[in-house]
Amino acid sequence: MSVGPPVLRLSGVSKAYPANGGQSVQALRNVSLEVGRREFVSLVGPSGCGKSTLLGLIAGLEEPTDGAIEIATEADGTPGQVAYMPQRDLLLPWRSLLDNATLGAEVGGGDRAAARTRARSLLPSFGLEGFADALPHTLSGGMRQRAALLRTVLLERDILLLDEPFGALDALTRAALQEWLLEIWERLEAAVLFVTHDVEEALWLSDRVYVMTRRPGSIQLDLPVGLPRPRTRAVRGTPAFAALKQRLLDALLADTA
Amino acid sequence: MNTHRVARIAPALGVLAVLVGAWELVTRLAAVPEWLLPSPTVIVVEFVESLPQLAPHTGRTLLEAAIGYAAALLLAFAVAALIDQSGLARRALSPLLVTSQTIPIFALAPLLAIWFGFGITPKILIVALACFFPIAVSLAGGLRNADPDMQALVRSMGGSRRQVFSKVKLPSAIPSLLSGMKIAATYSVIAAVIGEWVGASQGLGLYMLRASSSFQTARVFAVIAVIAVLSVALFLAVDVVGRWIAPWIYVRTEEAQT
Repeated sequence: MSVGPPVLRLSGVSKAYPANGGQSVQALRNVSLEVGRREFVSLVGPSGCGKSTLLGLIAGLEEPTDGAIEIATEADGTPGQVAYMPQRDLLLPWRSLLDNATLGAEVGGGDRAAARTRARSLLPSFGLEGFADALPHTLSGGMRQRAALLRTVLLERDILLLDEPFGALDALTRAALQEWLLEIWERLEAAVLFVTHDVEEALWLSDRVYVMTRRPGSIQLDLPVGLPRPRTRAVRGTPAFAALKQRLLDALLADTA
Repeated sequence: MNTHRVARIAPALGVLAVLVGAWELVTRLAAVPEWLLPSPTVIVVEFVESLPQLAPHTGRTLLEAAIGYAAALLLAFAVAALIDQSGLARRALSPLLVTSQTIPIFALAPLLAIWFGFGITPKILIVALACFFPIAVSLAGGLRNADPDMQALVRSMGGSRRQVFSKVKLPSAIPSLLSGMKIAATYSVIAAVIGEWVGASQGLGLYMLRASSSFQTARVFAVIAVIAVLSVALFLAVDVVGRWIAPWIYVRTEEAQT
């Protein structure tokens, strides 16, 4: 699906944290990757391989120790150019769902009234109709994740960074939300960088999957998926899917051994 | 819901009833003189009879408590925000704030009377001092403990320090602030009374002092009861305001209780 120059390019990105005794802990080493316009890219890797750290760097929350992060929209790497959805839903408990969803417009000084109108119009497709004024604690886990994604989408960026958005959900809710996410994404004009440790989830959603090594994290495999879209659940049963899954698992398990 | 609440406080009320009943019995059976230990019924009668005099004194004490409390709240906000926003201010003020809680503020009452005379000012000051520390410490703690991930989220949206403070830190600190405000509310009345003991022209402290020097023990008890009721009422008032402005913080605890 990638056409033209990438919207996000990481070249040789490393991140080290100072640790006790003057030494430093290397979290990421020499990570290079690209995300094309409207491309869905997944990042899989073992727990603690630095996937979340990488997203934090791209979101501008931290500076890389080394390397460059180029985002097509603007070149200076300041926060606010990508839409970042952290692992936890982080809905502010004192705000209604609608106020949470429009937090970005409020922080960015955008048109709040317009943001609220757009948020309301999106509620049905996010399965949140009738919950605009609900406080987060009254929502189910799946609804909270959808609300967090709505908040991310409403930032109106070209790149969405999603950090294990379905990690904490039960298997059934998770499967339902994966299908729903595909639907939403196919209507959006945005590229997605999706972090997960679920190989099937990564394959089924993505145009391309990057596999990371254990800490210090680096890219060990760049796997174009090439399955036709729009994808249905049935794709998961095909031999092509199984072969891709085998390649991903081989790469992941070889690193673990 | 209401029956639940009644059921929850019923045991405490039972113990209270037993204690008061025993008190009544002992004073009657042993014929304890009234100036030494009046019975609860005598105290109630005294309360009702002295109500016309009690009311203005109570009003004065409440006024002192309210002004002092408001001043403490404003000052605590300023100091806690400063500590939160500046590392230097935190290192300079935080240890002082914590250790200053060990100073018996009430012992400062005579000093304040020397410096500010016997008007309303020293009473307001002592209330403000007594209320400032619990509010400032709890607010500063609440600001410090705000969820770092939520702060990062607002920063990732391009939010400024001020926006992180107003959109995440301050609302996050409300539960902690409310508990400090509740403690301070109970301090406020007694602080005003102690301020009045040192010298005043009106107020519950003065009224109590006069009663005790003329051995009107029942009246002393009546004033003590008023002070206790006021303290509890202010505590509950803060609680009610808290439930109104921050309904979300009561959800988890109530779920846990059912």
